[in-house]
Amino acid sequence: MSLQRIVMTVNGVERTVDAHPMERLLDVLREKLGLTGTKEGCGEGECGACSVLMDGSLVNSCLIPVAQAAHAQIVTIEGLGSPEKLDPVQEAFLHCGGSQCGMCTPGMIMAAKCLLMHNVKPSREEIREGLGGNLCRCTGYMRIFEAVEAAARKQESEAAR
Amino acid sequence: MRAAPEQYEMISPGNLAAALKLMASEPGRWLPVAGGTEVMVQYSAGRLPQRNLMNVWGLPELRRIEVTPDAVVIGGGCTFAEIRAHKAIAAEFSMLAKTAAWVGSIANQNRATLAGNLANASPAADSPPALLAYEAEIELISVRGTRRIPYTQCHLDYKRTALTQDELILAVRLPRRFAGWRDYVRKVGTRNAQAISKVCMAAQALVQDGVVEAIRMGMGSVAPVPLRLAAIEECAAGRKVNATLIAECRQLLDKMIAPIDDIRSTIEYRRLVAGNVLEDCLRTLAGTA
Repeated sequence: MSLQRIVMTVNGVERTVDAHPMERLLDVLREKLGLTGTKEGCGEGECGACSVLMDGSLVNSCLIPVAQAAHAQIVTIEGLGSPEKLDPVQEAFLHCGGSQCGMCTPGMIMAAKCLLMHNVKPSREEIREGLGGNLCRCTGYMRIFEAVEAAARKQESEAAR
Repeated sequence: MRAAPEQYEMISPGNLAAALKLMASEPGRWLPVAGGTEVMVQYSAGRLPQRNLMNVWGLPELRRIEVTPDAVVIGGGCTFAEIRAHKAIAAEFSMLAKTAAWVGSIANQNRATLAGNLANASPAADSPPALLAYEAEIELISVRGTRRIPYTQCHLDYKRTALTQDELILAVRLPRRFAGWRDYVRKVGTRNAQAISKVCMAAQALVQDGVVEAIRMGMGSVAPVPLRLAAIEECAAGRKVNATLIAECRQLLDKMIAPIDDIRSTIEYRRLVAGNVLEDCLRTLAGTA
């Protein structure tokens, strides 16, 4: 079966890859585009480690044939903030101890980012639901929830300025 | 074992007419893939027998939600995220909105489609009990035209549907004739998010002075197909919910269901819980819970 030329916008930059249409978006991001921030956990849409934004929606990149990402806008963890100026969600995870081994963190941050895009002041229950598809085996989740609340407060105070 | 992508073909027809033409030209060859939340799991595990896949994700013709005077018509390609966010569905068909929110996680709801849920035909799927209770119809489309069947006729056996090899699910129609009915919906699973049902149920009833005038019920995860509990509906119609009725209904249910042992639960647990959920349903709808 032949390779296809697929064009998509990744973290604001148009990228062209030659890939088999059924290659997973996850593998194309990691292996063809070198964006290894996105992790593979379960590989079956249960754990959320591979979460990215596709056209503004949170998705599991392990469940997306790259053919379905053609012409899409993809945002990965590398597309948030920069080492010099972290995204408020990244900063909050750092300060609140929301990351331990780090395997779930990129996906967790993408899920949190997506939640805060649609809901600037989520309740604890809404945070639990928004992050319900992202599994963490280290933190016990409390510090992650606190990080999302801290990020929401930071965004609110920045917006008020 | 990881699948080898070079062994698979995926075609993106780009519009509904082209997709239907492809399906008609080579019946059974092209497996439609929408959000991929089922197909990609099978694929990644090396368990997907089909090598030829047809991308129907985002086809605009399948993505509409239409509110007409007599029905809410949901395009087969609508995601559960779209369904749970839709105002008319939340207002009039709240059980469907609730079951949409039960599907996997937010990321799964952003991709999984209503047609995919039905075509995949898992008896444990979240949306079927609500569709059964609402007496939904499904509209099927092929190059030969469209046809409409009651949703009760969709599932023939475990993972087998009434769709012919050239058909796609165009839409699901929910009739707007249940104003004033009370509803009941319940899922029993291991955890809140990302859990597949051990037992799930949806029902609605017209109740007057404690008497069940009419009732519609659907149950999942207890048989090879999602079940409409018609015999129980008949038994309960015109009667007050009391211990006698509940005992009769539980007996009927016990005969109708055929749960299995699997990784999620056991036959005994499912039987007991299905009966308990049915009892809770009847009491809740009658206001005697």
